[in-house]
Amino acid sequence: MFGKLSWDAVPFHEPIVMYTLAIVGLMGFALVGTVTWKRKWGYLWREWFTSVDHKKIGCMYIIVALVMLLRGFSDAIMMRTQQAMASSGGPGYLPPEHYDQIFTAHGVIMIFFMAMPFVVGLMNIVVPLQIGARDVAYPFLNALSFWLFVVGAALVNISLGVGEFARTGWVAYPPLSELGYSPGVGVDYYIWSLQISGIGTLLTGVNFFVTILKMRTEGMTLFKMPVFTWNALCTSVLILASFPILTATLLMLTLDRYLGMHFFTNEAGGNPMMYVNLIWAWGHPEVYILILPAFGVFSEIAATFSSKRLFGYVSLVWATIAITILSFIVWLHHFFTMGAGANVNAFFGIMTMIIAVPTGVKIFTWLFTMYRGRVRFETPMLWTLGFIVTFSIGGMTGVLLAVPGADFLLHNSLFLIAHFHNVIIGGAVFGYMAGLTYWFPKAFGFRLNDRLGRIAFWCWLIGFYFAFMPSYVLGFMGMTRRLNHFDNPAWQPWLLLELVGVGIILCGVSAQALQLYVSIRNRAKYRDLTGDPWDGRTLEWATSSPPPFYNFAEQPKVDDLDAYWGMKERGVSTLSHTDYRAIHMPRNTSAGLVISVFALICSFALVWHIWWLAIFGLVASVVAMVVRSYDEDIDYFVPAHEVARIEKARLKDLAEA
Amino acid sequence: MSNIVLEKDIAHSHEHGHEDAGSMRIFGFWIYLMTDCILFATLFAGYAVLRDSVAGGPSTIDIFELPYVLAETALLLLSSITYGYAMLAMNRNDKSHVLRWLGVTFVLGCGFIAMEINEFHHLIQEGYGPDRSAFLTAFFTLVGTHGAHVLSGLVWMAVLMAQIHSRGLTNTNTTRLSCLSLFWHFLDVVWICVFTVVYLLGVV
Amino acid sequence: MKRTISYCLVYLATSVLLAGCNLVVFNPKGAVARDERDLIILATGLMLLVVVPVIVMTFVFAYRYRATNKKARYSPRWASSHKIEAVVWGVPFLIICVLGWVTWETTHALDPYRPLDSDVPPVNVQVVATDWKWLFIYPDLGIASVNELAIPVNTPVSFTVTSDAAMTSFFIPALGGQIYAMAGMQTKLHLIANEIGQYRGIAANYNGHGFSDMHFSTLSLSGADYEAWVNKVKAAPRKLDQASYTELAKPSIRHEITYYSAVQERMFLDIVDKYEGMNKAPRKKETQVQRNSDDARVKQQPSLLAEER
Repeated sequence: MFGKLSWDAVPFHEPIVMYTLAIVGLMGFALVGTVTWKRKWGYLWREWFTSVDHKKIGCMYIIVALVMLLRGFSDAIMMRTQQAMASSGGPGYLPPEHYDQIFTAHGVIMIFFMAMPFVVGLMNIVVPLQIGARDVAYPFLNALSFWLFVVGAALVNISLGVGEFARTGWVAYPPLSELGYSPGVGVDYYIWSLQISGIGTLLTGVNFFVTILKMRTEGMTLFKMPVFTWNALCTSVLILASFPILTATLLMLTLDRYLGMHFFTNEAGGNPMMYVNLIWAWGHPEVYILILPAFGVFSEIAATFSSKRLFGYVSLVWATIAITILSFIVWLHHFFTMGAGANVNAFFGIMTMIIAVPTGVKIFTWLFTMYRGRVRFETPMLWTLGFIVTFSIGGMTGVLLAVPGADFLLHNSLFLIAHFHNVIIGGAVFGYMAGLTYWFPKAFGFRLNDRLGRIAFWCWLIGFYFAFMPSYVLGFMGMTRRLNHFDNPAWQPWLLLELVGVGIILCGVSAQALQLYVSIRNRAKYRDLTGDPWDGRTLEWATSSPPPFYNFAEQPKVDDLDAYWGMKERGVSTLSHTDYRAIHMPRNTSAGLVISVFALICSFALVWHIWWLAIFGLVASVVAMVVRSYDEDIDYFVPAHEVARIEKARLKDLAEA
Repeated sequence: MSNIVLEKDIAHSHEHGHEDAGSMRIFGFWIYLMTDCILFATLFAGYAVLRDSVAGGPSTIDIFELPYVLAETALLLLSSITYGYAMLAMNRNDKSHVLRWLGVTFVLGCGFIAMEINEFHHLIQEGYGPDRSAFLTAFFTLVGTHGAHVLSGLVWMAVLMAQIHSRGLTNTNTTRLSCLSLFWHFLDVVWICVFTVVYLLGVV
Repeated sequence: MKRTISYCLVYLATSVLLAGCNLVVFNPKGAVARDERDLIILATGLMLLVVVPVIVMTFVFAYRYRATNKKARYSPRWASSHKIEAVVWGVPFLIICVLGWVTWETTHALDPYRPLDSDVPPVNVQVVATDWKWLFIYPDLGIASVNELAIPVNTPVSFTVTSDAAMTSFFIPALGGQIYAMAGMQTKLHLIANEIGQYRGIAANYNGHGFSDMHFSTLSLSGADYEAWVNKVKAAPRKLDQASYTELAKPSIRHEITYYSAVQERMFLDIVDKYEGMNKAPRKKETQVQRNSDDARVKQQPSLLAEER
C-alpha cells in the first residue's frame, strides 16, 4: 500500500535531526498561527500564491532562496564543526552516514535551491522592468516554473524528516549512486527534486529568452539593452542548451534505478564515465548560469555608483557572449584525472584558460567604469569592490586548476573546494547580495537599513577569507574533500581557523536577518517615494517603487543606452502624459500551484515506490493542465480611469518626496 | 494593493506588443522544441556510446526487423501528411475537415504506438528487455522516449479535438493547432534520425 | 581569558610556521611531483602578472575617484577607449597564449600514461580499489599486498589501476598526480620516488561510507630493504586466489595490512574482465539471433582488455 514507506523512515534515533525537526516544526506552527491570527491567508492566496506578476514571483523566488540559504549554511556549519573536531583521530559528532548526507545536501541546496532561485528571482524582478515591458512573455508559465521549483525544494526538505538524502556528493557520480551502492531512497529524493525543479528552470529559460527577444520596448535594440538584461539573455541561452542534458542524464539514472537498466552501472556494459561527461556538460554551463547574472548586477552597480557610463559596453557584451559559447567546450576539465589522452586534456585545459580572457575583460571594464567617475561607497558598491578583489583570486586559482599537470595534484583536494567557493561566494553570492540591496527599494518601496548592510558585508568578506583561504593551504597539505575524520594534527589549526571564518559569516547572515527585520519594521522611515533612490540609469528606475502591477502606464521609448539617465539629463518626464489607455494584463490563476502540488505528490510517491499514488499524481497534474487549457478567461483590461487613478497617486507621492 | 478585479471587455483595441500573442506563443514553443532536440541529442549520444556494449546479449543485427520498422515509419510519416491536411483545412477555416484530418492523424499515431509497444513486448518476451545489456538499455530509452513524446502528442491532440469541436477554430485553438503541428513534425524528424541511426545503421 | 587568547595566537603562529614543512605539494619526494609543483609555481606567477595589477587598480581607482574627492577628473560620458580596450583584451590574451603553450607542453610531458625516462627498468604494480581498501599486485613477482605499497627508490613505477567497486582516485601526493580507478577499465600512472621514506597514499574521490579510512602507506625503500620486503611477503602464509579475493573484496573499513605470497594467474585481468567496461563486442556479421551466447564473445577476445593503450 505505501511502498517502501513506513514509520522506520522517520529518523527517531537521530537526536540532531529530531531537534532540527522540532525547531522547524515550532517555527512553522508559529508562522501558520500568525498568518491565521492576522487573517492573512486570503491575502496571501490572492496576491501572492496565485499571482502571475513577475515582480511578486521574483520576490517569492528570493524569499525561498534566503530560507534555503539558511538551511545550506546550517549544513556548512555542521560540516566545518565536524572536521575541526575530528582532525586528530577522533570520530567527531557526525557519523559518516549522516555526514555524507550533509555534504550532499549542502551542495545540492546551495546550487539548485539557493543560487538558482536567487538568479531567477533577480531576473524576474528586473528584466521586464529594464526592457520596459508589462510582464514576461508567458506569465502563467512563470508561475508554474516557480511552483515546480518549490516542489524540488520541498522534496529536499521532506527528505530530512522522512527517509534520508543522497550520500553521493552533489553530482551523484555512478556507480556510487546506482542501486547496488545506494539502495536507500536518498538518491531518489535527489533525482526527483532536481528533475522537477530542473523542468521549472528550463521553462524559465524559454520564458526569458522570448521575453527579452520579443518584448523590448520601442527603440531598444539589442545593443541598447542594459547589461543585466544581456546577461539574463545569455543565461537563458545557457539554460536552454544545458538543462535538457541534465534532464536526460537524470532520466537515465532514474531508469537504471527504477527499471534495472544499465546506463551507468558497472555491470552489463554500463558506462559510468558517460554520466561524468554528461553531468559536467550540463554542470559547467550551470556555473556560468550562476555567475553571469551576478556579472550583470555588478555592471549595473558599477555604472550607477560611479555616476558614469559603463566603460566598454560593446566589449562587455561580446565578452559575455564569448563566455556563453566557450562554457560548452570546457566540461572535461572537471575530470582530467580520468585518463583521457594528453591531447584531449591539453585541449580542454587551453579552452578553459581562454575563458579567462573575456572574464578578465569584464573585470577591467568595471575598473575603468570607476576611472574618472564619482564613486559612492553605498553597500551595493562595497559588495562590488569586494567581489572584484575576491573573484580575481578565485579566477586565478581556477586557471591554475585548468592546467592538467597542476590539476593532477590539486584535483578533489580542499584547494578545489577553496577555488569554487571563492568564485561562487566571492563572485555569485556577493553579486546576489549586491543585487538584493540594490533592487530591494524597487521591489518594496523602501530601502534596507544601511548600517546593518555594511556590517553584513564586512562580516561576509572577512569571514569568507578566514573560511576559505586556509582551504587552499589544506589542499597543498594533501587534504581531500569530503573527509569525515582523519588523523593529521597538522591540519587542525587551519580547520579551526576555517571554523572561525564560518562564525564571522554567521554574524554576517545574522546581520542580514536583523537588517530585513529592522527595515520592514521601520519601513515608513526608509520609504522611497521617488522610485529612483540610487540615481539610476536604466528603465526600472523610471517607474514608481514598488511599480504598479502593469509596470509602466505608457511603455517608454528608448533611443540610447542608459535610457533613464538620458531622460533625466534631457529633462524628459516619464509621467507627464494625461491620456491614459486601458492596459491588457494576465489574470491571476491557481493552476500553477495546483499542477505543482500534484507533481509533488507524484514525485514523493515515486521516491517511496507507492505506485498507485504516483499514477494518481501524474494523471491529476495532466488533468489540471487540461482544465487550465479550457479556461479562456485568462486576461483582462485595466480600464483607463483605473490607470489614471494609480498614476495620480504616484504623482502625489512624487510631489511629497 | 494590485490586481483589483475590474470589469472586463472595455476596449478591445489591442495595444502594441499584444496583438501578436499567438505568434509569440509559437515562437516560444519552437524554442522549447529546440531544447527537446538537445534532450534527444543526449539520448542519441548515449546510444552511440553504449551501442556495442551488448554484454553477451543480442546486438543490433540480432533484434531489428527492418520491414516491421519500415511500416512503423510509414505510419508516422503518413500521419505528418494528414496533419498537414488538417492545417490546410484550418487555414480555410474549415472546422469539420480539421477534425476529420486530426482524427485520421490520431488513428495513425495510435497505430504507430501500438506497433512500438508490440515490438517492445516481443523483445522483452524473448528475454531482451532493457535490463539485459547497456545496448538494450540505450535502445529502449531512446525509442521509448520518442514513443512517450508521441503518446503525449496524442493526448494533446485528443484534448484539442474536443476543444475545436466545442469551441470552433478560435484564435487560441489555431495557435494550439500550430504548436501541435510543430511538435508532430518535430517528432517525425526525430523518428527519421532514430530510424537511420538505430535501425538502418544497426543492420548495415 | 587573555591567556587563552595569547595561547591561541601562539598556537596558530607556530602551526602556520610549521605548515611550511607540511605542505606536501611543495615538498615533493619524486621527479613527477617536483615537475608538477614547478608547474603550479610557474602558472601562478604568470597569472599574478594580471591579478596583482587588478587588485591594486581596484583600490587605487576606488580611492582616487571617490565621490568626495572633487579634485579628481570626472568624465561621466567617457565610456570607451580603443587603446584601453586593446590592452584589456590583449594582455590577458598574451598571458593565456604563454600559459596555453606551457599547458600543451606540460600536459604531454606529465601525461600519467607516459612511461618515465630512466635507465632502470620500471616496477610494475597492478592496483585494485575495492570497498574500502587498496590491493597491490606485483605481477612480475607474483606477490600482492593490501594497504601497503613498497617500491624501490629511484626506480620508475608503472601502475595499472582499476576498481572493483565505486569509482575512486589513486593518489600518493608526495610522489605526483592522481588517476581515477574505475571498474571494468584500466588506467595507467607512472611515478617515481627519489627519496627513501614513508608517504601517505589516499583514495582521492569520495566512494561511500568507508572513504575517510581508505588510505595506505607507501614505503620508498633502498634496494636491499625492498628485497627484504619482497622476501617477507613471499614468506606470508596467505595466497591470493579467487576465493580469498572474493573474501577480501567484501566491504570492510580499516582493513589491516595483509601480504599474499602468491597470486593466481590473470587475477587482475579477471577483475577487470568481470565488468563489460570498455569491452566491446565485435560487430557480428551473421544475422541469426545468437542465444545462450553469454560471455562467449568476451572469451574470444580477452586480448581486448589486456592491450595497453
